[in-house]
Amino acid sequence: MLHSLQQHRERYAGVLIALIGLGAIAESATYGLGTLAAIGPGAFPLAMGVILVVCGLGIGLSEAQTTDAHDHDRVDLSRPEWRGWGCIIGGMLAFLLLARTVGLFPATFACVFTAAMGDRTTTLPGACILATVIAAFGCALFYYGLHIQLPPFVWGMS
Amino acid sequence: MIGTALTDLAHGFGVALQPTNFLACFVGVLLGNIVGVLPGMGVMAAISILLPLTFAMPPVAAILMLSGIFYGAQYGGAICSILLNLPCHPPHAVTCLDGYPLTQQGKGGTALGITMLGGFFGASFGIVMMIFFAPLLVRAALKFGPADVCSLMLLGLLAGSTLARGSAMKGIAMTTLGLLLGIFGTDVTSGYERFTFGLPELADGVEIVALALGLFGIAEFLKSVNKVEPLRGGASVRLRDMRPSREDLKRSAMPILRGTLIGSLCSLIPGTGPTIASFVAYAAEKKISRTPERFGRGAIEGVAAPETATHSSVQGDFIPTMSLGIPGDAVMALLLAALTIQGITPGPLLISQHPDIFWGLIASFWVGNILLMGLNIPLIGIWVKLLTIPYRYLYPSALFFVCIGVYSTSSSLFQVGETLVIGIFGYLLLILGFHPAPILLGFVLGPRFEENFRRAMLLSQGDLTVFVERPISAAFLAVAAILILGQLYVRWRRRGALVPDGPVVMEG
Repeated sequence: MLHSLQQHRERYAGVLIALIGLGAIAESATYGLGTLAAIGPGAFPLAMGVILVVCGLGIGLSEAQTTDAHDHDRVDLSRPEWRGWGCIIGGMLAFLLLARTVGLFPATFACVFTAAMGDRTTTLPGACILATVIAAFGCALFYYGLHIQLPPFVWGMS
Repeated sequence: MIGTALTDLAHGFGVALQPTNFLACFVGVLLGNIVGVLPGMGVMAAISILLPLTFAMPPVAAILMLSGIFYGAQYGGAICSILLNLPCHPPHAVTCLDGYPLTQQGKGGTALGITMLGGFFGASFGIVMMIFFAPLLVRAALKFGPADVCSLMLLGLLAGSTLARGSAMKGIAMTTLGLLLGIFGTDVTSGYERFTFGLPELADGVEIVALALGLFGIAEFLKSVNKVEPLRGGASVRLRDMRPSREDLKRSAMPILRGTLIGSLCSLIPGTGPTIASFVAYAAEKKISRTPERFGRGAIEGVAAPETATHSSVQGDFIPTMSLGIPGDAVMALLLAALTIQGITPGPLLISQHPDIFWGLIASFWVGNILLMGLNIPLIGIWVKLLTIPYRYLYPSALFFVCIGVYSTSSSLFQVGETLVIGIFGYLLLILGFHPAPILLGFVLGPRFEENFRRAMLLSQGDLTVFVERPISAAFLAVAAILILGQLYVRWRRRGALVPDGPVVMEG
């Protein structure tokens, strides 16, 4: 699937934009368009949806131009980074789930540790040390320094 | 006229040199520089990660710190581009072309020295321009009606989306997506909740910090994980390497002047930010040069001109951002949003209502640029060490700062989830060859565009001809038409003549 994504990049890009446009049109149709003199809440998003659909079609049909040499920041998908992606997303989810329930320190540790494991060259102790340092620094700076409403540790059930 | 500007400027220096404000500027420049040097961290990431730190500060200090972060990060990014061949911010893409070959020849220090000189020169020119142009622009802007503002925004949006990197169609799609995202939440005119999908947290709209951190933080981490190579030695720069030789200075003098001019011209056109300025400056140098074959193999002119153009256009970009409230690129859009968070609306009234902010900011530019020179000369050794920090330590730490930063904007974990979703979506956009920067531009302008359009229609009782009947609005629309037709012409001619060697401005 990733290979096909790279091969027909413009086609997928066009479809994505056109779908977002269609979604905007469908949603804004329920908001009420108003008249030109008193424009309703639906008119502007409807117009944006139409432009998106037009752009989407334009992008999708421009397949011929995709192989331009200047495209040097093209994302390379020949080696999919499932591990890296999973760990970054997982790290953020860990923070999201743990910050309120167990506290800022463990949440930060889990977040940094999980994310660090996404790199192939990371070692287990290396990730542990990094996570501990960042968690300690983060609590000091953000809880004690900037008074963010997330205590470092939440004791007991709440 | 000049007299009042000078008194105002003196007042500005008074504001900028107050201890708290000076400290804010200093901390901003230092933090920005540190984050900017780190490989894989661009200007956008630096500003959006550090933005939450300024929420608790008074407005003047906050905006001084943010602009300090901005040019600190921009200079840091130049270091990263020249020594590592890793452009983290679009304007630096051309700097790499000659900056990295210079590093390979052991002249990286000289390139950095010239960058610093050129940057300072370009920025100073931009600041002077801002002092004299902004009040003039304000006087004109006070005459603008809603229809004129609409046409001006349209011009800025069109320029911003079609002149940037990549295909114009994709740029317009991204800008439109930004405009659409901008109106999520409660409609100010009717009180109707739009695109909230039943989530009460979305009633206030998409959080700009979440959007910026998602697009420029999370999406970049997903893109760069396991892909950023560690520094392979060779780039040791010492203090005395940074002093350019007389020969280098002589070679760079004219490119710096030309870069300044190109940069300030680009900044006068709304929507054309530093990226275009740096590309045009590089292309111009190559065209003028008697030895164009040296370019790409370590020509010092190829570093001097685009870096100078970037700095002068950045300062110039503050003019429409501050006096009209219309940002030129994504960075300006983010700074504008930061001001709005502080309860200050940039626009024609900013200079008269908040002279402290406006003149203090201008004065702080100079203070900040001098600080930047003062910091970078002795600290260059530390920056080079920072470059060697492996990415495996950087992105997990940055991820934490993203989480806590976006949480602190509204003390809500919902925003963390929002950032994650935006980040994954942003990575998908990167894979599909989109450049997400115009999203931010559209996002900031979206609600104001809609509001002004509605107001214009209300005033004209639904008569669309108001946009061409009002002379100011008609003039903006004419420029927009010329812009589009001109691009179509260039494209058509290039296709006809089959010369791939044209200036790389459009497709960058």
